[in-house]
Amino acid sequence: MEVRLHGMWASPYVIRVIWALKLKGVKYEYIEEDLSNKSMAVLEYNPIHKKVPVLVHNGKPIVESAVILQYIEETWPDRTPLLPEDPYERAMARFWIDFGQQKSLTFFAFFLTSEEDKHKTAAQVLETLKILEEEALGDKKFFGGNTINMVDLFFGWLTYSFGCMENISGVQVLLPETLPRLHRWTLDFKQEPVIKENLPDSTALLEHFKRVTKHLKSSNKFKPA
Amino acid sequence: MATSGVKLLGAKQSPFVTRVMMALEMKSIDYELVVMNPHLKPELLSKTNPVHKKIPVLIHGERAICESLIIVQYIDDAWTNGPSILPPHPYDRATARFWAAFVDDKLVPLLGQLREAEGEEAKELVIKKLSEAFMRLEEAFINCSKGKAFFGGDSVGYLDIALGSFVGLIRVVEMMNETKLLDETKTSRLAGWAERLYSDSLVKDVLMDPQLLLVQLQKFLATMPKAASE
Repeated sequence: MEVRLHGMWASPYVIRVIWALKLKGVKYEYIEEDLSNKSMAVLEYNPIHKKVPVLVHNGKPIVESAVILQYIEETWPDRTPLLPEDPYERAMARFWIDFGQQKSLTFFAFFLTSEEDKHKTAAQVLETLKILEEEALGDKKFFGGNTINMVDLFFGWLTYSFGCMENISGVQVLLPETLPRLHRWTLDFKQEPVIKENLPDSTALLEHFKRVTKHLKSSNKFKPA
Repeated sequence: MATSGVKLLGAKQSPFVTRVMMALEMKSIDYELVVMNPHLKPELLSKTNPVHKKIPVLIHGERAICESLIIVQYIDDAWTNGPSILPPHPYDRATARFWAAFVDDKLVPLLGQLREAEGEEAKELVIKKLSEAFMRLEEAFINCSKGKAFFGGDSVGYLDIALGSFVGLIRVVEMMNETKLLDETKTSRLAGWAERLYSDSLVKDVLMDPQLLLVQLQKFLATMPKAASE
């Protein structure tokens, strides 16, 4: 059984796949991609989106991180379940992952915010995170309850990448004062052994995001909402 | 699993609501359609779908489930008697999910863009992108169906629901713009599939006739606020 993952070290989409594979104890080969010069493999396996992550299992590619996570869960169901058994709880887990996907423009707007708009975009992010904290996390230790599940993996980027966004835009949003339960969750999540051992270097990450922001702002590729 | 107390908040002319109806029909689940127009901001909708305030919402006993494709998966998980909606193998399931996401993330926004495009040139540009999207879906059909009648094989499945629910609206768009998107020359397999879908005993009763849909949609759209959606 051959498993390969094409990824990029700083990508929040890739890391959730790495965490899932590690939690399931799945052995895999990792291929680091240069996003400015993607390999033929990525272009061939993901012709529609041309992006990482790409998981290749026995020669067959699976793309889109949410799709990959469900694939991993269904292919290796006996180890570390990442979704609840109950159909309704399962639907709620999928709902919150979908919510995260629907809100990606809100996060991007904050990430690439101009000086004038930083408080406005930060407020929109805060509103989104408040919903997540109140409705999805509640008083639980993790989104998955006492143990982490797919929803925790999906929002895991908040525990380390989001800090870079706050640093670059100059506004802090995820604080014990503003989001006490979510903030506590970020600390608990990073303490989990598999997560702790698989986080990118924070200094390198900040430098990377600074470069990316500068490039995206100057090329006008993403217009904040 | 008790099938009493299944309500669907929505409107027949919404393709997203149609998805849920297709799934309920496939599983022979008795349900009550509670007609709801989200633009009128009904209280029941805000209560059952506080995060998005949109249709469809499935109410099963005490529980409310939102987002059409999530509801379809819930129906598949909760009612294990009757045909399966998602295919059995994880790889085929991943393929079905990928293309369903493509419908939602690429195709649906383009349909919205076409409605809002002003002038012939702008419309032509969107139509070109739509044609490209349909070419991709034609390839997807060839890969998924493996020579059979539907994306799901011999019978209707998840991707048939995800895309099939939009065939009525696609035909309406074709009529309004005097163009062909799903047609025998460019997307012959999909054109054949669309016809089979409308004759399929499991789902045909909930697929709206495009002529009727055109009239109903014009009424529905008249209640929409002028500002563009997100």
